[in-house]
Amino acid sequence: MTLTIVLLGAAALIGIGLYGALSQQSFVMLMMGLELMLNGALLAVVGFWSQGLAGMPEGQLLAIIVMAVMAVEMALGFALVVAVYRRRQADMTKSIGTLKE
Amino acid sequence: MRDAFVIALVLFAVWTGWRVFRVDSMVRASFSLMLSFFAVGAIGVLLSAPYIGVATVFMMAVEMMVMAIFMVMFMMNPAGLNPMSMVHQHRLSIGAGAAAFAALAAAALLSELPDAPVPTDKAVVADLGHELLGPSMLIFETAGVTLLATMVGAVILSSRQGRYGMADQGSRPPGLEPGGEPAGRQPDESGGGHHHDHGGHG
Repeated sequence: MTLTIVLLGAAALIGIGLYGALSQQSFVMLMMGLELMLNGALLAVVGFWSQGLAGMPEGQLLAIIVMAVMAVEMALGFALVVAVYRRRQADMTKSIGTLKE
Repeated sequence: MRDAFVIALVLFAVWTGWRVFRVDSMVRASFSLMLSFFAVGAIGVLLSAPYIGVATVFMMAVEMMVMAIFMVMFMMNPAGLNPMSMVHQHRLSIGAGAAAFAALAAAALLSELPDAPVPTDKAVVADLGHELLGPSMLIFETAGVTLLATMVGAVILSSRQGRYGMADQGSRPPGLEPGGEPAGRQPDESGGGHHHDHGGHG
């Protein structure tokens, strides 16, 4: 019961995050969508560990890895935003459309 | 009783997560995301993962403050006085988000979920400490080295120029065919040093 509730919440967070990551034009808002998806992943990991592993510590380790991924994504994402802004004065996705070619 | 709290916190996390893309100010959006993370941390505390929950709250409090500063740097509508909507491919995004939610929710509802909750007398934080500095130490250390590499990469990416001048000074993108014209955008001959006027009048 608890696990189902938590997993449904995680699914909703991942859905909203995917919507944000695909729809936002500003880089920083796009990164918030990515963070929201990682938030959902963290919630699912904590739920599975708490209800499905009878307290095996490896599940908590996975949650810590998810948090490290969040920190890496945040730091490198903002560094990339700053680098792109320095080179091209761009802070919207459509301004760097030349990367498509 | 615990389930009621978990339901309330899950609903709060989802609602604040939704507010991130609905508020008119990007600073409010980052604080809304922070509340969503806090709710997930509180769920962790309720679900007998106190270390993970509290660490999430501490980490996200700092991270979202940094994010709010970046929001002020990059947003075009700081005060949230005007409606803000900067979206593209809106229908596709709604469809993708709804499809992801439907698929994951169906997987959660249809699959046979494990039922082995944490025993109430288990010392979960001590277990985690022994695991981190015992059998899984290599994984833990790998995460540390990854964070170090992230720091180096972030400094290199965000520094205005390297020790010996602009990073791409005199560089020439490779041609599409051997000896052909360079492909893509040419780096600025001037070294990209113009536009020094943005970023405050301090």
